[in-house]
Amino acid sequence: MDVRLDRLGVDIGGTAIVRDLTLSAPSGSVLGIIGPNGSGKTTALRGVYRALPPSSGAVWVGDRDLWRLPRHEAARTVAAVTQQHRTHLDFTVAEIVAMGRHPHHRHGGRLSEAERRLCREAMERVDVAHLADRGALTLSGGEMQRVLVARALAQQPSVLVLDEPTNHLDLRHQLGLLSLIAASDLTVLAVLHDLNLAAAVCDRIAVLAEGRVVAVGEPHEVLTAELLATVFGVDGEVVPHPRTGRPQLLYSIPDTEGTRT
Amino acid sequence: MATTAAAQRQRAPRDGTRPRRPVALLAAALTAVLAASALVAIGAGSASIPPADTAAYLWASLTGGTIPADEVGRYQIVWQIRTPRVLLAALVGAGLGAMGVAVQAMVRNPLAEPYLLGVSAGAATGAVAVGVWGGLGALGIYAVSGGAFLGALAAAAVVYLAAAQSTGLSPLRLVLVGVAMSFAFQAAMSVLVYFAPDAEAASTVLFWTMGGFGAASWTTLPIVAVAVAAGIAVLARKARVLDVLSLGEETASSLGVDTGRQLAWLLALTSLVTGVMVAASGAIGFVGLIVPHVVRIAVGADHGRVLAVAPLAGAVLMVWIDLASRTLVAPRELPVGAVTALIGVPVFVYLLRRRGYLFGGS
Repeated sequence: MDVRLDRLGVDIGGTAIVRDLTLSAPSGSVLGIIGPNGSGKTTALRGVYRALPPSSGAVWVGDRDLWRLPRHEAARTVAAVTQQHRTHLDFTVAEIVAMGRHPHHRHGGRLSEAERRLCREAMERVDVAHLADRGALTLSGGEMQRVLVARALAQQPSVLVLDEPTNHLDLRHQLGLLSLIAASDLTVLAVLHDLNLAAAVCDRIAVLAEGRVVAVGEPHEVLTAELLATVFGVDGEVVPHPRTGRPQLLYSIPDTEGTRT
Repeated sequence: MATTAAAQRQRAPRDGTRPRRPVALLAAALTAVLAASALVAIGAGSASIPPADTAAYLWASLTGGTIPADEVGRYQIVWQIRTPRVLLAALVGAGLGAMGVAVQAMVRNPLAEPYLLGVSAGAATGAVAVGVWGGLGALGIYAVSGGAFLGALAAAAVVYLAAAQSTGLSPLRLVLVGVAMSFAFQAAMSVLVYFAPDAEAASTVLFWTMGGFGAASWTTLPIVAVAVAAGIAVLARKARVLDVLSLGEETASSLGVDTGRQLAWLLALTSLVTGVMVAASGAIGFVGLIVPHVVRIAVGADHGRVLAVAPLAGAVLMVWIDLASRTLVAPRELPVGAVTALIGVPVFVYLLRRRGYLFGGS
């Protein structure tokens, strides 16, 4: 299903963090959200997975206003992998993934055989099936991150919201996760810090600064040396990837005198 | 199946998987242990009665049988004094175990216990206020317990009102406000005791803060039984919500759980049940803190499994603690709260040092 953020505004403690955000992602596409620290990327996502109610505007999934749906209905539509996910209890990996079925079971009850198979497949897709009986507190950061993706997949959403999903992941699993995202028929909204990965996987990229969209379009339209300079304050070059033609960013590290090394 | 379980147990230390004992079996075993413990506890005391006689008296009471005239005294001890006492201990142990599980999930903190949110301090203040200064005369001999119950509910209400925001409750606010309010209620209690007309206030305070089952009677037992049973039943039905809540607010929201609302009703439920228990037996510490941890060591973190076992474990523990409190230094009685800590702390530390139990992310 397609997702539209329609003049979305989100406040935290009376301060407007995200203002007038209008973005859309066609069904099955990957929309990357990039921007410097504090630009409102995470807050915008929280308005989508219903952690923070919008102060203005709306989030549309297909023809439905997400914030007007019952909570469990919204959670069957949108799943999220958030940055805040520490638990103090030592659930097993299989138990955490099974919690993805919660919105489908409003009044408790056991998982059906089909649901257990679904959870199993979700774990296999992100390469954590072998960890099923492990306690969550014994996992590495990258393993936990993949478990959370498996839980989101087990939720069977039509929209997947990912807040820095490649955090903690080693290179192989970063690429594995991104190719899974690109190949899936889910509509994906992902905040990404690695601009090269964003360029490689996103159909469209939106750039946020100070709570507003400053650029949006296909990777080659958005990722330019000028944007790096104005939005990120970074000196860099953009070259096409020799095989895929996607934009690749090369940075130069300024030395203390500010001259290029 | 047996070989798989054995293989898992062997593998456990190496790759971090934990063997899961079947919950139904454990619950059945604990139920049998509880029944046997209760029989022993009812028989034990200054007038020691063999388990067979105890069982015969209990059978006679339940079926309306007759007792030989020369045994009526012993029968009275068993049926009128010790049975309600042991049952009250079992109920309160069960309730504290279950409420401890709920509060730890609510505030996502392994140090949480049922009294964290101000309930015990409020109850003690209410009891002292009524006991020392009078009031609630309509309740007769239960006036002080009534005061404790009202104090507990008042504390919970104040905590709720102070912690609630337009978006509902949040775990951290709940803990901070609960701890702060506990201090406020304790201070209020100290002031009451300081200005109390007689010295009795200090011993009233000791009872309400350390607890005891000496006041158990058949009249008040049904109230506690209903509150505890209903509380546990509701929590067991909401076990999966507790699972999701303990993953944190962000994740709970994304899974369709209204954190603020769930926390509000959990606060109401745990405060109500804890308030009834405190009114009946004072604030007995520690059981509500350790029982959830001990049970998780055995069955893992899943709240459905934990809530099937924690009430039974709490009940067994409390029956033995009460027995110790009234027999260790007989004819005097130790405050139950002191015994729970003296026995509980070493057991708790031993269990925490065992390999394989992780909590709080470390």
